[in-house]
Amino acid sequence: MNVSYTSREQIEVYRFSVPAAIGIPLLALFLQAFLPLRLHFFDIFDLPLLVTIFLAVARRNPVTGLLTGSIIGLLQDSLTHQPIGIYGIAKTVVGYGASSLGVKLDVENSGSRFLLVFGFYMVHDIIYLVVARGMVGQNLAWRWGHMAMAAFANAVLAIFLFMILDKFKQRT
Amino acid sequence: MENLLTRHRNVTILVAVLFAEVIGLAVQVKRNTDTESSRLIRVWTVSAVSPLEKAFVATQQGISGIWHSYFDLRGVRAQNRKLEGEIEQLRLQQVRLAEDASQARRLQRLLGFKEQFIAKTVAAQVIGSSGSDMSRVVYIDKGASDGIKQDMAVITADGVVGKVLRVFSSSSQVLLINDPSSGVGAILEKSRLQGVIKGTPNGELVLEKMMSDEQVETGDQLLTSGGDQIFPKGLSIGTVKSVSPGRDIFLNIRVKPAARLSRLEEVLIITQVVERQPTAEEAQASMRAADILAARLPSVPENTGIPATGIPLPAGVKPQPAKAAGEKAAGGSAGKGSTLKPNSRTAGAADTELANSSSPKMKASTSASAPAGSKPASASTNLSGVAAAKSTKPKKAMDSAAGQIPSNPAGKQAGESEKEASGPAENLTPAPKSAVPATRKASPQPNPAAPNGPSAETPQP
Repeated sequence: MNVSYTSREQIEVYRFSVPAAIGIPLLALFLQAFLPLRLHFFDIFDLPLLVTIFLAVARRNPVTGLLTGSIIGLLQDSLTHQPIGIYGIAKTVVGYGASSLGVKLDVENSGSRFLLVFGFYMVHDIIYLVVARGMVGQNLAWRWGHMAMAAFANAVLAIFLFMILDKFKQRT
Repeated sequence: MENLLTRHRNVTILVAVLFAEVIGLAVQVKRNTDTESSRLIRVWTVSAVSPLEKAFVATQQGISGIWHSYFDLRGVRAQNRKLEGEIEQLRLQQVRLAEDASQARRLQRLLGFKEQFIAKTVAAQVIGSSGSDMSRVVYIDKGASDGIKQDMAVITADGVVGKVLRVFSSSSQVLLINDPSSGVGAILEKSRLQGVIKGTPNGELVLEKMMSDEQVETGDQLLTSGGDQIFPKGLSIGTVKSVSPGRDIFLNIRVKPAARLSRLEEVLIITQVVERQPTAEEAQASMRAADILAARLPSVPENTGIPATGIPLPAGVKPQPAKAAGEKAAGGSAGKGSTLKPNSRTAGAADTELANSSSPKMKASTSASAPAGSKPASASTNLSGVAAAKSTKPKKAMDSAAGQIPSNPAGKQAGESEKEASGPAENLTPAPKSAVPATRKASPQPNPAAPNGPSAETPQP
């Protein structure tokens, strides 16, 4: 028996228009590539990850979530100079996890969104580091303090970003 | 089995997608992606994102251009006056540097050096980044259609930025020197010790392969050594920020980059580097600094009644223009050997130190004879002193250096030869500073000197 800790309204499955479903991830990728040149603190944020979590949670379909994460991650990989697939793997797992969790937990209020993004940011970075170190052989250091700080910053940003993105949700 | 897959459909799809991604990643890692052509998904993504970035940058520049060109003009007149003064000073300095460079070329020719000249560069705008602190790359708005190729060096006026990693049709990916996968051959300007500059995951620069018994001090300048075959020798990389004992037998040296890597806007891509020996014409220094000075400064008073030496002329003696005086003094002494006494060079600035150049290129090319730490002479120069003493010193220095050359083995390394060649030059003393008349105007004539510096043939951004 499936156990759900959400209200009836909260397990509502949302959908997005095609322009929004394509445009939001592309805009996130563009801003992620463009803004750090002007706002130098911005590289601590991971807009594609936040969009992945939001879309996965709203759709509440693990397959859609993992595919969304996979595509966004691969596109993000292609902007770097590293082998394509590191972000792809990390965001695939995050997309699957976020959509699976969205079915069972209340993820519509700010507190749960904060915790959700904080946790998945850590998961994302850990997977990234494991893959980058283990498979690609990159010499990346574990920076737990930096990771926790970045997770906190992303979680705070996610609260406001998700409020904006809520306007694009359509009830099925 | 089928029932199992159906029951765990989501997990099965997750595993399948992850497996595909891992396989794809493994294939790329095995192929060493840095050397192969770009993947299609990379081309698509960059092609999709780059136009947006270009549009944003163009819009931003347009708006800021309107603001700066029409609205924000306060203090422009004062700034203009200040800049004109700076130009005057820089032109004087340029003359001195040209003289230094020509002298260094003569010495290099005598030593059989080959020098790398930056023959051509392309200016580009930085339009985007990777958006990740795990990958320190930026995108520029010039690509294969603009003649950009892989592994070309990217610099700014401040110093080295990185190298072109991937080239697309109208944009390129530049790997910054502070990325962990980057590496630049470096040489310490003062001690001439060589090492490798690497990036760290934090985005810092470290100088590797420097033995712990070497003397490296905070504040030492780092230049490119040219050993990586990407960056021409002598470009500024940065300064030593801290030195501490590292693991094993190497020092842990942190470097502050000369270029502002986190705030890049415009960069130069070196598209052509020429390697050649200084020609005979260059070595003979057909253009004297005194001539250049006289040509550039037409407002030097001709009828002051004060000769070039600063001593009042006796009655009945007609004063000569600065150019004529310079030619006479230079021709008379340089052509026939030094006839002036050594102390006749007292007031010259353009003919004093061998290596006081401020540009990295000049530093590299003149370092063979540069006394370490010598202070640059003031650009404010007593022109009469220059005219009188112009030709004596280069000749003397060359003669002094030439006297040392026979002792150099023909196949000796450049660094060794540099050290030996620097011996006689170290005896040269810096010139005293003197003032230039404040009313002197800068001449708009082009600079015939400095034939190979970046500013001579490089289209400015």
